Amino acid sequence: MRDLYRFILRNHVIFLFVLLEIISLVFVFNYNNYQKSRFLNSSSQFTGNVYNRYNRVTEYFRLSTVNRQLAEENARLRKLVGIPKTVRFIPDTLRGYQNSEFQYIYISAKVVSNSVNRLQNYITLNKGSKDGIKPEMGVICADGVVGMVTNVTPSYSSVMSLLNVRWNISAKIARNNYFGTLSWDGKDSRKVYLSDIPFHVNVFPGDTIITSGFSATFPEGIPLGTIETVDKEGGSSFYTIAVKLFLDFNALSWVEVIENNRNKELELILKRNSNDEGLD
Amino acid sequence: MKAWIKYPLMFAAFVLLQVLILNQIHLGGFLNPYIYVLFILLLPISMPRYQVLLLSFLLGITIDWFSNTLGLHAASAVLIGFLRSPVMALISVREIEQSDYPGLKQTGIKWFLTYVAVLVFIHHFFLFYLEVFSFVGFFRTLLRSMLSTVFSVLVIVLSQYLVFRK
Repeated sequence: MRDLYRFILRNHVIFLFVLLEIISLVFVFNYNNYQKSRFLNSSSQFTGNVYNRYNRVTEYFRLSTVNRQLAEENARLRKLVGIPKTVRFIPDTLRGYQNSEFQYIYISAKVVSNSVNRLQNYITLNKGSKDGIKPEMGVICADGVVGMVTNVTPSYSSVMSLLNVRWNISAKIARNNYFGTLSWDGKDSRKVYLSDIPFHVNVFPGDTIITSGFSATFPEGIPLGTIETVDKEGGSSFYTIAVKLFLDFNALSWVEVIENNRNKELELILKRNSNDEGLD
Repeated sequence: MKAWIKYPLMFAAFVLLQVLILNQIHLGGFLNPYIYVLFILLLPISMPRYQVLLLSFLLGITIDWFSNTLGLHAASAVLIGFLRSPVMALISVREIEQSDYPGLKQTGIKWFLTYVAVLVFIHHFFLFYLEVFSFVGFFRTLLRSMLSTVFSVLVIVLSQYLVFRK
C-alpha cells in the first residue's frame, strides 16, 4: 500500500493531468447534449451581467445601424396600418393575454452577447423568466428567424442561434409551398442550406424562403432569405439549395421572443400522432 | 510587482481581453486568435507543475464559462499546462536558466518564438479538432489551426514589445 502511495506521489503530475483532462472531456460530451448543460452557461447571472455592462458601452457604436433597422421596421408597420381591420395590435411586452384569441405574443429583448464564428453559436438576451421567457420559445427579428431559447435565468436568456450546426428549422418555398429543412454548415454566416426538396419541384435562384409553421416555435410565413444557387448532387434525389439569409447575424441588436399560446395543444396532438405510429 | 497581485491581475486581464475583444474577431470564419494561453506560458519556470495544471484548468474553464463551450478550452489549456515543461526542456538553452520569468526580454526572441509557436500550435490544433470532433474536412481544420496560430503568435509577440516591456 505504501508503494502505491509512493507511486502516485512520484507521478502526481501525470495523474493530475489525466484527471483534469477527463473532467474537461466529460464537460465537453455532456455539454453537447445541450439540455444537460443547465449550469455554467452565458445566461448565468454573473457572465450575463459582465456582457450587459460591456454592451452598454459598445451599443453607441451601433446606433446608426439600429436607427436604420428601426426606421425600416417602422415603414413596414406603417404599411400594415394602412390596411384597415386586418391587423390588430398586440402590445409588446404586456402580459395577461393568456386566454385571448391571439395565438402569438411578442416580447422584445436586446442582444447582449452574440457570436457567429463557432460551429455552435449562442446569443444572450437581456430578458429572462421574469419577463415571461421560457425555454423552446422562438426568437425572430425584423429580417427573419434568429434562434430558439435554450436556457433562462430570472433576467437573462440564452438562445441557440440559427447558425448552429446541431439545429435546423422547417422552411418552405414561398412560391409553391414545397417544404424542406433549413440548416447551417458552419462556414458562411450569411448562407444556409435547404434540403429535402425533390427534383420534380421547380426551383429557381431568387425564390423566397419562408418558415413553414409546422413546428410550434415559429409562426408561418416569416421571411428567411432568397435562393442563391440550386445544385443537383449525384446519387441524391434531392436538390442542394444554398439560401442567402436576409438577416445579418453580425449586426444583430434587438429581437423579439415569440410566445405561442397554443403551444401545449399542438404538442399534445403531435405526441398523439407519434404514439399512433408506434414510435416512442 | 509582487507575484500574488501580478498573476491574478494578469488572469483577469487575459480573460476579459479574450472574451470581450478577441472572441469578436473572426476573419472569414477562419481566424480565431486565442491569446489567453500566454498566461500559462508566462507562469514562473520554477512553479510546481501541479500548480500550473490547476491554474490552466481554472483559466480554461473561465474562458469556457464566458463562451458557452464548456470543457473545450479547459481540455486544451490543461494540455498546454502539461506540455509546458517538456517543451521547455526540449528547446532549452543557457539563457532561460538565468531568469525565472519566460518573457521575451528575458529569454531572447529566438527561444521565445519557438516556445510560443510550438505550444500555441498544439493548443489550437487540439482545440479546433475537439470543437469539430471529426476528421471530416481534415485539411480545412488544419488550415484553420495553422492560420490562427500565426495570428495568435503575432499578437503575443507584439504584446511582449508593447505591454510586458519592463
